[in-house]
Amino acid sequence: MKQPEPEYTYPTYHRPIPATWWLRDRKYFLFMMRELSSFFIAVFLLIYLYGLSLLSKGQAAYGQFQETLRSGGFTLFFVVAFIFAVYHSWTWWSIMGKVQVVRLGDHKVPERVITAVALAGWVVASAVVLFVFTR
Amino acid sequence: MDVPKHDVLIVGGGGAGLRAAIAAVEADEHITVGVVSKVYPMRSHTVSAEGGTAAAVREDNTDSHAYDTIKGSDFLADQDAVEIFVKESIDEVIQLEHWGCPWSRDPDGLMSVRTFGGMSVDRTLFCSDKTGFHMLHTLYQTALKYDRIAWYDEWFVTSLLKDDGKICGVTALNVRSGAIDAIPAKAVILCTGGAGKLFAFTTNASIKTGDGMALTYRAGGPLKDMEFVQYHPTGLPGTGILITEASRSEGGHMINREGDRYLSAYTPERMELGPRDMLSRAFIQEMRANRVFEGPYGEYVHLDIRHLGEELIMERLPFVRELATEYVGIDPVYEPIPVRPVVHYMMGGIHTDANAKTPVDGLYAAGEAACVSMNGANRLGSNSLSEIIVFGARSGKAAVEYASEQEFPEANTLSQMAQAEKKRIEEQFLKPRNGNERVATIRRDLQLAMEQGAGIYRTEEEMKTACEAIRKLLKRYEQVEVDDKSSVFNTDLIAALELGYMLDVAEALAHSALLREESRGSHAREDFTTRDDERFLQHSLAYQTPEGPRIEYLPVSITRWQPEERKY
Amino acid sequence: MSAKKITMRVTRYRPEQEDAPTEQAYELEFPDDWVVLDALNYIKDDVDGTLTFRWSCRMGICGSCGMMVNGEPKLTCAAFLRDYYPAEIRVEPLQYFPIIRDLVIDMTDFLHKLKAITPWIVRDEEKPLAEGEYLQTPAQLADYKQFSMCINCMLCYSACPVYGHEPEFIGPAAIALAHRYNLDSRDEGQEARQQVIASSEGIWDCTLVGECTEVCPKRVDPAMAIQRTKVATTTEWAKSMLMPWGKQ
Repeated sequence: MKQPEPEYTYPTYHRPIPATWWLRDRKYFLFMMRELSSFFIAVFLLIYLYGLSLLSKGQAAYGQFQETLRSGGFTLFFVVAFIFAVYHSWTWWSIMGKVQVVRLGDHKVPERVITAVALAGWVVASAVVLFVFTR
Repeated sequence: MDVPKHDVLIVGGGGAGLRAAIAAVEADEHITVGVVSKVYPMRSHTVSAEGGTAAAVREDNTDSHAYDTIKGSDFLADQDAVEIFVKESIDEVIQLEHWGCPWSRDPDGLMSVRTFGGMSVDRTLFCSDKTGFHMLHTLYQTALKYDRIAWYDEWFVTSLLKDDGKICGVTALNVRSGAIDAIPAKAVILCTGGAGKLFAFTTNASIKTGDGMALTYRAGGPLKDMEFVQYHPTGLPGTGILITEASRSEGGHMINREGDRYLSAYTPERMELGPRDMLSRAFIQEMRANRVFEGPYGEYVHLDIRHLGEELIMERLPFVRELATEYVGIDPVYEPIPVRPVVHYMMGGIHTDANAKTPVDGLYAAGEAACVSMNGANRLGSNSLSEIIVFGARSGKAAVEYASEQEFPEANTLSQMAQAEKKRIEEQFLKPRNGNERVATIRRDLQLAMEQGAGIYRTEEEMKTACEAIRKLLKRYEQVEVDDKSSVFNTDLIAALELGYMLDVAEALAHSALLREESRGSHAREDFTTRDDERFLQHSLAYQTPEGPRIEYLPVSITRWQPEERKY
Repeated sequence: MSAKKITMRVTRYRPEQEDAPTEQAYELEFPDDWVVLDALNYIKDDVDGTLTFRWSCRMGICGSCGMMVNGEPKLTCAAFLRDYYPAEIRVEPLQYFPIIRDLVIDMTDFLHKLKAITPWIVRDEEKPLAEGEYLQTPAQLADYKQFSMCINCMLCYSACPVYGHEPEFIGPAAIALAHRYNLDSRDEGQEARQQVIASSEGIWDCTLVGECTEVCPKRVDPAMAIQRTKVATTTEWAKSMLMPWGKQ
């Protein structure tokens, strides 16, 4: 059935949202930083994929590419990308406990335990990768 | 605007109104129903009910529930209505369960029941301590399923329309636009709740201004048993926020300044689970004996639930903890809660029969706005939430049946009536008139008069003073000037209209009280201290006249339970 | 009780007189236990009857009195003036919503969204009332109870920049309520709801700002509801891709 929706003479006021809305509050700023982190991670992945494609073209091409990456600009980029990657991962594991309900029998595993286990797993996996590749 | 017309129009979107709306559309697949509410339905005051909903779901028969209710009412309840109520409340709570109401559960999956004041058996179903909230949202969300319900959210009803002696719709102010229109209907159901706002210190929300009661009264219908006002024994001092009776069901203690569970002297068998009228009077007695605490908002006693432990409190009484912590800074897990009696509920209301029908043709009422009467002189806790669904549903069905035999009124007649109403409101409120009275001032004076004249204990002198004061306030109300003369969302105008309703209801209440020369249930007189079944085993009926209320009496319907002394 | 003095800056918007909102300052004395709503009521009753706002239960359950207090969405019946004193308090209508007048916002958009997520129990077959209630264990109740606590106060929408930028987004409260019915052991309506929640205006619009959960006065945690629905939806999708014979 048609709901009674009269036409209103006087309009409602729609407030504009300023472009700087995310600078007004720390929480929104951190959120935007997390969003921004995706950009750096994406660029890093593109560089990585490019490297892989060079690898198929032979040792020389790849070696030259590696040389380029050692420049100051790229090093700075990698540091920044790394910090963003850690931050993004941290936020990801932090909500894990909320998002994933884990049951042991009738008992619900507390959120914090899930997050702690996930974080620990992440640290261990990173350590293993680091160990394997720097051996 | 082109307002649709409805077979049944419901005023009020609380528990009773929503139940009525669903019952009506389910009763006849061809009709449409309108729900007019001055607030969004989920804001209605049903939302604040906490403790639970009584229904004899775990009993072999309903006699015990009926007897408890009748004894609780101090034998003023109509027993035929009570018998219907106790039977139908069972199916109604199950119906709500089927609609998704999150009733608290026993380990085996059945709905849990808890004890409640004046109930001899555990029969109060609950959703921890937010029962009304869950019932209201369940009903509202379920009602959204029906496309034949039209929602007039934030429309304020200003009058009932009558044609040839029959109700034929309402006039309503669309709050957002300021327009006043007629909404035609074959039958109207008033589910507008109580009038706790007649008093300053109340558990009631600001919207509870007795609108439906006053609308009926002005349309020539009687208000029944208005003298019976329930004081809930446990409200937070200052705000009047309700601390549920369930805190006592779960084992909480009432403690005076001497550290005693003082109710042993008043309701020795039931202690904290005596009926509300008696517990509120016990507080006054303790106060007179100087055994209560003094605080910035008057005297108080302690409600102690510490011994229940944090786990049980969090499972069964989380809202009590939330409210006490938030509003008085006291965590009841560690400290007793300060409480005092507070105006909570109107036993009286629009006179209806057990089919929710009023003496005015085409007009029905249900919920706290109505007086069937199943609550008599004192309502038992947890009966009101079942009352709204039982009589809400009955009103919906009865109104549909009546509407099926009616024709819609002439559009012309209605638009003339709407024009006249529009003019009345403009003349009285929106044109500058150099009035020298403020809405808030008159409201405060009214609340003061009611507090003094219609308290827990009453005397002839106090009530007479209140009656005279209200007469004067009605006079002053003619001089009221609202600050706001605009159209869009004019809450100043609404407050003024509500004040008009409150004054009418208050006058009916004060006069009904003055003439009842006995003490029964919540109406306790210092000059007539006993119940007088000879003269007053009767309902009072207040009719509006220009000189003030005219009070008539109607015998109580007694089926199986003869009046006896009321002890707990 | 000692009275302190505070300045309250309140948004005014009178569409019959002005094209855009302005701000009006009121100075008032307040006792220690006043909340922002008490101050607004004092102004309305004794100073300026034209100030317009919604309120009702003043005990945090009806959901009427949500406003921005110093930039944060709050129930004004539970926002104590003493917590802001001695600084000024800024009271504005809930952000991201159109303003009807002064502090009153237009929430009809939410009501459409609420209805769109099928917020009622859907079943193929109804059990007759005479057969009693559906059995539901306390654990089954606990699965969805938290998500049934929403009072529709709109604070979460007002904290959600996604809703601010994309008003089509179904939003935190409505999705949490959809999740509530999906988790209810009595319900069979998940598929009907899925069409709305898994649409482009549904869960995938959410970029997990998480503020909805932060501001929720009833601890409903809509962010959790949304993320869990994402996981469940993805799992369902993966299953249907890998095992197309498993369904239907």
